[in-house]
Amino acid sequence: MEFKDYYKVMGVARDATEAQIKQAYRKLARKYHPDVSKEKDAEARFKEVGEAYEVLKSPEKRAAYDQLGQNHRAGEEFRPPPNWDSGFEFSGAGPGNSAYSDFFDSLFGAQARAGRSRGEFHAGRGEDHHAKVLLDLEASLIGGPRTFTLRMPEIDEEGRLISKERTLNVQVPKGILAGQQIRLAGQGARASGSGTPGDLYIEVEFQPHPLYRVDGRDLSLELPVAPWEAALGASVKTPTPTGIVDLKVPPGSRAGGKLRLKGRGIPASPPGDFYVVLQIALPAANDDKAKAAYAALAAALPFNPRASLGA
Amino acid sequence: MPPSDDQAITGTIFDQSAILSIKDLSRMCQVDERHIVEFVEEGVLNVVEISSEWHFTGDALRRARLAVRLERDLELNLAGVALAVDLLEELQRLRRELEARRP
Repeated sequence: MEFKDYYKVMGVARDATEAQIKQAYRKLARKYHPDVSKEKDAEARFKEVGEAYEVLKSPEKRAAYDQLGQNHRAGEEFRPPPNWDSGFEFSGAGPGNSAYSDFFDSLFGAQARAGRSRGEFHAGRGEDHHAKVLLDLEASLIGGPRTFTLRMPEIDEEGRLISKERTLNVQVPKGILAGQQIRLAGQGARASGSGTPGDLYIEVEFQPHPLYRVDGRDLSLELPVAPWEAALGASVKTPTPTGIVDLKVPPGSRAGGKLRLKGRGIPASPPGDFYVVLQIALPAANDDKAKAAYAALAAALPFNPRASLGA
Repeated sequence: MPPSDDQAITGTIFDQSAILSIKDLSRMCQVDERHIVEFVEEGVLNVVEISSEWHFTGDALRRARLAVRLERDLELNLAGVALAVDLLEELQRLRRELEARRP
């Protein structure tokens, strides 16, 4: 395993004061916190910073780490010497809920985990798990089974926190909206002993859809129409989540005009609406016939689209 | 190959209609009930009062868990947590709207 330079991770000097370490942590935590950050590797960086802080904020752990660190550099192959931590006593509740590196575990793992399992919040019931998934919109429109691969933290037989990949086949409830959670009873962590397992909560976001845009429970579609269809009115074929419909475009429609199909959005309760936003598509004037048609229109209509600009 | 229906686990939508007691919420967020009360007093969580007892929606679970994470990881005080939770929700709403308007 690699030696980790916790001072370098936090960007502080080896003789930094407690106050400096705390300040550095807060700054980095705000920058990389997965709930706040838009940085690509935010989660990994946040874990790294959290781990470094866990060690450096505790005088006992820091002293033990410093004693080791004198002879090692970051990235170097590392194996803790036997009984390296004798003479140090570790206190505190141990890590929150983030998985620490092998390096951390080899140094502080046993103590930290022991503290953790003793501190189990409610005995007799497994922890709830939470995850986020990206779902295709059809899963909500039609409902149906979807397969999710989730990474779940789990405590192994030696009491170490490991990350396990788990594939779940879930019947997605029809009408679920972005930001809502699917509750899967009994799919969380197993309880220690004979208690009931925890639940699993899956928070849903939608992948972008090729046709429809999602706004809460409403959907919208940009529908191209020909200039004469907009001007004279027409009945045009339009895709909707429940199939192709004949949509009446009223005469005198403008680009950006919205037509509402009530109750044809996401089938939540109450169901959302489906909006058709008209776009006017111009035929290309790339042959003589088309050019002549445009010229005839220009000759027939006194039309200044810039009249309102005063030009 | 698409997964077949018969082996899929069935989930329920856990949203505005799900009603949780303060005890449920405290267990699910792994904080004590006193702390949930503080969240309510600071305006982080909304309560639904049913025959003078507090109840929370599924939406409150998401907010409470976010608040607990921010408080723990960023060492924020309650007022800071309340502000951050509101701003993050607003940010998420705006991002979704932007996404919906993107051509």
